[in-house]
Amino acid sequence: MNYKNKIFITQKITLAFFVTIFLLLLLPFNNVIAQNDFPTDDQVNAIAKELYCPVCENIPLDVCPTQACAQWRALIKEKLIAGWSKDEIKQYFVDQYGDRVLAQPPARGLNWLVYILPPVVFVGGIVVVYLNLKKIKKSSEKVIKNSDINNDKYLKEMEEALNILNKNEDLS
Amino acid sequence: MENSHTEEPQYQKKLPRWVIIIAFAVLLGFLALMGWGLRNTQQGPVQVGQKVPPFELTTFDGTKIKTDELIGKVIVVNFWASWCKPCEQEAAELEEAWRFYQDSGEVVFLGVDYVDTETEALKYLEKFEITYPNGPDLRTAISQIFRISGVPETYIMDKNGKLASRKIGPFVSISEITSMIDSALNQ
Amino acid sequence: MLPNLGYGSLVITLLVSIYAIVAAVIGERKNLYKYVESARLALLLTFPLLTLTVISIVILLINQNYEVQYVYNVTSSTMPLYLKVTALWGGQAGSLVFWAWLMSAFATAVTLRKWDRDLDFLPWVIIVSSVTLAFFLIMIVAFENPFVRFWSLPSGGELVAMFAPAGSQLIHPFDGRGLNPLLRHPGMIIHPPMLYLGFVSFVIPYAFGMAALITGRKDDRWIRLTRRWTLVAWMFLSIGLILGSRWAYDVLGWGGYWAWDPVENAAFMPWLSGTAFLHSVMIQEKRGLFKRWNMILVILTYSLVIFGTFLTRSGVLSSVHAFAQSAIGPMFFVFIGVSFIISLAFLIKRWDDLRSEGVMTSLLSRESLFLINNLLFIGILVVVFWGTVYPLISELFTGQKVTVGPPFYNSTTGPLFAGLLLLMGIAPLSAWGHSTWKTLGKALWIPAIGSLILLVVLFVSGIRSIGALIGLTVASLAAFVTIYEFWRGMKARHKRSGENYLVALWKLTARNRRRYGGYVIHLSVVFMAIGIIGIEFFQTETQGRIAPGESLSLAGYTVTFKNLAEFDVADGRNVARAVLSVSKNGKDLGELYPRRDFYYDSQQPMTIAGVRSTVEDDLYVILVNWEQISSRGATFKVFHNPLINWLWYGGILLVVGSFIAAWPDPEKEIELAPSRIMKKETGKLVLRP
Repeated sequence: MNYKNKIFITQKITLAFFVTIFLLLLLPFNNVIAQNDFPTDDQVNAIAKELYCPVCENIPLDVCPTQACAQWRALIKEKLIAGWSKDEIKQYFVDQYGDRVLAQPPARGLNWLVYILPPVVFVGGIVVVYLNLKKIKKSSEKVIKNSDINNDKYLKEMEEALNILNKNEDLS
Repeated sequence: MENSHTEEPQYQKKLPRWVIIIAFAVLLGFLALMGWGLRNTQQGPVQVGQKVPPFELTTFDGTKIKTDELIGKVIVVNFWASWCKPCEQEAAELEEAWRFYQDSGEVVFLGVDYVDTETEALKYLEKFEITYPNGPDLRTAISQIFRISGVPETYIMDKNGKLASRKIGPFVSISEITSMIDSALNQ
Repeated sequence: MLPNLGYGSLVITLLVSIYAIVAAVIGERKNLYKYVESARLALLLTFPLLTLTVISIVILLINQNYEVQYVYNVTSSTMPLYLKVTALWGGQAGSLVFWAWLMSAFATAVTLRKWDRDLDFLPWVIIVSSVTLAFFLIMIVAFENPFVRFWSLPSGGELVAMFAPAGSQLIHPFDGRGLNPLLRHPGMIIHPPMLYLGFVSFVIPYAFGMAALITGRKDDRWIRLTRRWTLVAWMFLSIGLILGSRWAYDVLGWGGYWAWDPVENAAFMPWLSGTAFLHSVMIQEKRGLFKRWNMILVILTYSLVIFGTFLTRSGVLSSVHAFAQSAIGPMFFVFIGVSFIISLAFLIKRWDDLRSEGVMTSLLSRESLFLINNLLFIGILVVVFWGTVYPLISELFTGQKVTVGPPFYNSTTGPLFAGLLLLMGIAPLSAWGHSTWKTLGKALWIPAIGSLILLVVLFVSGIRSIGALIGLTVASLAAFVTIYEFWRGMKARHKRSGENYLVALWKLTARNRRRYGGYVIHLSVVFMAIGIIGIEFFQTETQGRIAPGESLSLAGYTVTFKNLAEFDVADGRNVARAVLSVSKNGKDLGELYPRRDFYYDSQQPMTIAGVRSTVEDDLYVILVNWEQISSRGATFKVFHNPLINWLWYGGILLVVGSFIAAWPDPEKEIELAPSRIMKKETGKLVLRP
């Protein structure tokens, strides 16, 4: 709870700060901005793409068709007009709606597991494969002529034909 | 499942016991995790009679309300959102009920705005002339305490902080609200 | 009374399948063939019985018997006939029945084969498939009965029950709630059945694998017997996945084909382990290696099928396509626990028996490259598995919901997929048993030069994305190697027998269909890789609000808004349909009609994109928003998806390749089968009537 409160306070201060500053700064220029058509839908979508709809499951905000999502896109637009940066807007969404709005879990605490476990398991797999392949060297002298790899008569014929062909090609 | 990587060297005579134990431990651990997750999803919302963990609501105007400071009062927690059409059906009734109990000082109404935008939420509050404290559900912490499945949902806590009753979906009439609050008051 | 008939045959099927389990166990324990034969006949009976149940449901659905809760939930009077029929798998209860029905069809097919040589497997194959079938039937009968009806009680209350409570009357609702709009798509006819077929048919290789484990037979007979089953299962699952992507592309309206959603992942995971299995069984057949590993893979695949079904149906994970929360969770959980533990226990018990018969002899041999292929597939599987279950773990331990989305999967699996493509380019040229850099290099250098030339061409043409360059280069290597392999074989035949090239190609493929069918599948994967690289690296988009006459431009295309109309359609939709004209470099290319359908019965909107498809790209336009009253303006989102169609072409080629590889040729099967007469003498079971 403490931690959440801290986040909350910083966010509140940031919010208050930006709202005051930008209301003061931007009001006179409002017309200019309206004429420039800022921000465009593409600028809004660029941020919305990296956020997930907090109520629907696994749908990025930029393509979610519900009314709630349209409101959130409007919110991004509002914040962009207020001069917020992409990261600030993302942080605002996290503070409001939780980590699930991010496309990937933020790398802290337990979430490190997301990023660490797959590589660890994969390295483990490499070790197992390596141990298997290492045995090759020990037994590389044992030639497998007598094994029944080429028991498929047809394949054998094919390989022979190919060998002849390759030789011919090499000569020519 | 990850343990399926454990391919043993080919000439090893016996599978070492620790490998067997680890394989089963990983499997059982995984099953336990799934079982735990399943229990949580099957659990549904907070049950009547259960103690509700204390939480804090920060209203839109910045006031902080802590439920553990409200022991001795009946708390009505209503989850809503501006994008939620059914919520509009009960908004006026909830406000009416709040005005009815406001003077008695025994009942507190808390509106929890579930994943919403502040602009739209304030418009909604203005439209339905809602005067009881309302605030956003920051990081969806409050809704997770109650394990709500959607909006609107209303939870009524008795004077000891235990859940007295709950309503999934919108109230249809003011009498439905008052009868639930009255029974919580009389407990 | 159709519901009673359907329910009755459902209950009888359950009893019959339990009988089959009991009889097979007795037959196996006491060495009595007649009991096993009786179990086999019982299993054969489940299919007609379940067919009766399925027909009952379908008739109820078509006749709009809304007094049946399932019919009420998934259909409405405005739905076209094909959707009413396919609503059979549109809800939890019906789709479980469908699952069980397919399962019994496969079990029937497998028990109808000639068992003379493999009688010792028979009881166990019957037991494993009957247990799986019985489990699904118990779930249906106990928790998800599709035949429960609405009753009004004399006291005035309402009740949902199978049989009439005393003095009650049936309630006939006027109309149903209708199918989820996402499912109202022609894809509904084919996508779920394919996916279910894929899931169900993987039970068969598992049943044989378990039979081999339990009976202790060490040879690769179970693999040879199930090779075709596995390939068919894999093909169905692949088709299901590709159709699912296509459906998402058409219907979900976000310009993508794959979202790494938990339900998609649940179907993708058994595909990954199944693909690894398809490759590694060849090592056991050719070299007698990796017996344990193959057993692990087949168990893993079955477990992932069951686990995926559990994830999507129990409500443990939330997803766009997940079924509503249901009571089957705990029961499913118990089944998963029991089947996992039993499989693991038998695997450990037989571990020492499953020793490899040979040794690996070369780092570059086909088998060691297959080993690396398996490592990569399992690596991807681990990533997908972990990404799918992590949100659950996070919620349990920290109380915080998280999303593990495409950025995670793309960055982790991307390199692994590239590695697989590279292997696909090298492995077909390496020989079983022994390869050296020299032999490999001799075969590889021509295709490799081709790929390098392509790399230079791509670079010169302005592509600077490293991921795309690597991806396209390794994909092209795989394609060149595959084509080169066909060419070499064709040429060799031509030289040897004087056949013309087409005949040579035909006979080459026909004589070794598994190999060349596999190569066709490899080519299809290259096609799909090209499509995926195209959309992942080169997709562009723009969005804007435009008035009639105004236009948006993207990637050389110009879309001009002409008009928009809103109207009601007879099947219960309100449609808002925009007309846009498309041009490229001033050339008129016709019109697009993106629309938004609003379904009255379920109160849900659907976004249907207007798409213009060509070989090199798709122009994909979505209607985002519009002015309600006047036609002053509307907001459109335009996607440019280069090469995406190659993904679908690849899908078609994959089916062709699978058919080539899996087409039955009975003589060869018998020829390859080792003699079983000896084993029958020594084996525990002497199953002769």
